[in-house]
Amino acid sequence: MSATGAPTRRPAALVWLRRNLFRSPLDSLLTIVFGAVSIWLIYKTLSFIFITGRWEIIRVNLRLLMIGRFPEAHVLRLAITVVGLAGWGGLLAGFIRGRQIRSGRVADDRFTLSRVLDIAVRLSIPALLVLLLLTLAQTPGPWIMTGAAVVAAIIGRAVGPFLGRHTFGPAGAAVIASVLAAVPVALYFYVVTAVGFDDWGGFMLNLFLALCSIVLCFPLGVLLALGRRSALPLVKLVSTAYIELIRGAPLFVLLLLANVALGFFVPDTLAPSTSTRAIVVFTLFTAAYMAEIIRGGLQSVPRGQLEAAKAVGLSPVRQMGYIVLPQALRNVIPAQIGQLISLFKDTTLAGIAMGLFELLNVAGALPAQADFRGQGLIGETITFAALMFWVVSYTMSRESQRLEKRLGVGDR
Amino acid sequence: MRGKLVTGATSARVPFWRDVRVLQWVLQLVVVALVVAFILWLYGNYVDNSAEQNIPTDFGFLDNPANFQITGNSLSQSAPVSDAIYEGLLNTLRVSVAGIIAATILGTLVGIARLSNNWLLRKLATVYVEAVRNVPLALFVVAGLLVVVLGVFPTIQDAWDLAGLSIISNRGVAVPWFDGSGSGLLLIGLVGIILAWAVARWRRSVSDRTGVLPRSGLWGGALFLLVLIVGWFALGYSWSLPEIDGRQTTGGMRIDPSFFALFFALVIYTASHIAEIVRGSIQAVPKGQGEAADAVALSGFQRMWYVILPQAFRIAIPPVGNQYLNLTKNSSLGAAIGFYDLTLVAQTTVGNGSPAVPVFALTMIIYIGISLVTSVIVNIANRRFTLVER
Repeated sequence: MSATGAPTRRPAALVWLRRNLFRSPLDSLLTIVFGAVSIWLIYKTLSFIFITGRWEIIRVNLRLLMIGRFPEAHVLRLAITVVGLAGWGGLLAGFIRGRQIRSGRVADDRFTLSRVLDIAVRLSIPALLVLLLLTLAQTPGPWIMTGAAVVAAIIGRAVGPFLGRHTFGPAGAAVIASVLAAVPVALYFYVVTAVGFDDWGGFMLNLFLALCSIVLCFPLGVLLALGRRSALPLVKLVSTAYIELIRGAPLFVLLLLANVALGFFVPDTLAPSTSTRAIVVFTLFTAAYMAEIIRGGLQSVPRGQLEAAKAVGLSPVRQMGYIVLPQALRNVIPAQIGQLISLFKDTTLAGIAMGLFELLNVAGALPAQADFRGQGLIGETITFAALMFWVVSYTMSRESQRLEKRLGVGDR
Repeated sequence: MRGKLVTGATSARVPFWRDVRVLQWVLQLVVVALVVAFILWLYGNYVDNSAEQNIPTDFGFLDNPANFQITGNSLSQSAPVSDAIYEGLLNTLRVSVAGIIAATILGTLVGIARLSNNWLLRKLATVYVEAVRNVPLALFVVAGLLVVVLGVFPTIQDAWDLAGLSIISNRGVAVPWFDGSGSGLLLIGLVGIILAWAVARWRRSVSDRTGVLPRSGLWGGALFLLVLIVGWFALGYSWSLPEIDGRQTTGGMRIDPSFFALFFALVIYTASHIAEIVRGSIQAVPKGQGEAADAVALSGFQRMWYVILPQAFRIAIPPVGNQYLNLTKNSSLGAAIGFYDLTLVAQTTVGNGSPAVPVFALTMIIYIGISLVTSVIVNIANRRFTLVER
């Protein structure tokens, strides 16, 4: 304070430092201690990434890490599937946007600078990962595939809005819906007829297990949730017992049980390969958690909605199908994505419990290769696996938070 | 609508196949019949297949010799399987209880740090939470053993010696421990807690009557320490420090590498989830509470400890209880790195020839039992602490 009484202005940076790092003696102490810790951590991380880490093992085995022992001859099918899925995803996104425009929820579909920037920021982390993987790849194949996938997605996104904005009759809508639903199924069979998914592996297997199980568990979850809220005591008892028993048991033990003992319970034709067993266990397990999430959604729908549906004379099935369930499911989309993330992370358990050749298993096995044995490279491989899981899970949870905000403020 | 129809509906002439009550019961019976038939079908297959392969379906295997040893345990090879399962259960409970305590403390601190005024602390906590909770737990467990313990920790010859208190090497971590029976010490601790609780209650009632400061925490804590110290010397306990003895450590307690890795993986992973719950709960406490604390000139610590946290914990109890359940169930991952918890004991006995289905059924029942007990405790705590409104 100067003699004139007017406060002297300090530089903004100093004010910021004082306010955010050195507010009190204790605060200063914390800043110094944790500052030292974070500098040490950053130093260690950077030196691991750029100096001490020997990443040759990743570069050499990139294919094993990503797709396992998928036969060389059929990799082209995989690439075509990826491109097809990218185009399909773009088409779907464009289609939904077109519908929104038609119903007046969104004004237009102009890609303004701010929107492009927003998309770029949102996609930056997965895009960086893809770029990293591409630079590690030793053949031009992945580059071509990625380029084609991006082009397909953009084309799909450009075409989608026209389809979405157009009004179709009930028959036309049914055709479009079934075509959209058929594309991923067709692509799946395109790959699986060449290489059954028992020979899939690597990160691809993790993604596949999670996607399959989340799609399959959904109907079962809805049924269990409705059953648990049912007025019929026996149905309620059965649903509640299933949900609570499954939620009380560890997934890891369930997987072990399915691996060793499923053959005792069902005929051999129904006790299929390890991958299928894993999918069955993940589905049955996640359905119980999904049921609890959906039950929360059902409870969040105001009673008046159901009463209104009754008042206009809808049948009980339609009350549920047209009025209550759509609102209930929409309310819990973020929680469902959370469940998908945790399921995705749990797919690593299938590697440990059942010996499936998924990413963590590959990462654990690589340091024992003849070329790399005894060099202690487990840190490098596990870091790579962690990075893959982290990017996918983090992106999903970010998108889910964004969705949550949008649904919260949206059109309600 | 015609009046006739309305009156007709209330009469008893509704045919039974259109009576809603009958239909509902028929539906339920069909569902139950299907479920029961399915279970019976599974059970029939199981009995047939077992009989075909001469595998027993009863629990007689519990009395057979276990034929394996549990690391760090005096269990002999010839001990029955039931003893091995009991030891496995104890190991599961040990790592779970220790993990729950540590994860609660770490998670609470990180959750508070995420809302700190200190920029650096806030960012560090955010990085920790976002980095950890998006990576599978199995990865932490495996990395904890293979990368940290076996990769980073030194060999026993040049072990890290932390001021003579603990010795860290890739054979495990040795920490100071007491000599004497553990259950005796547990009993002393229990007596101490009960006495402390009683004296704290008494101080509060005195405070209610006379208005003097209760200082119940001080009284209770002091009494607890007193009981502990008196009991320690009365029963002849003493400390034992770990020492390197050739290729081993003696004295103290040696924490097995697999326990160490599993414990830290569970704590680090679960704490990131608890931190998010704590942060959300603190933010859910009405803003006016913090402002009121500021208005009566409480210090930052007092504001947190006396005003914000008690209310935040009330909100946090159910979701944190869920995390405790998850931690307990996730401890089964110890089997992946050779920690002899319930799961690995079950796996090993099955490998040694015990029938798979009864063993895993028993394992599952024990886990479900632990879950039930935990959720009952959490529910009691929740009911005890829920704000009773008019």
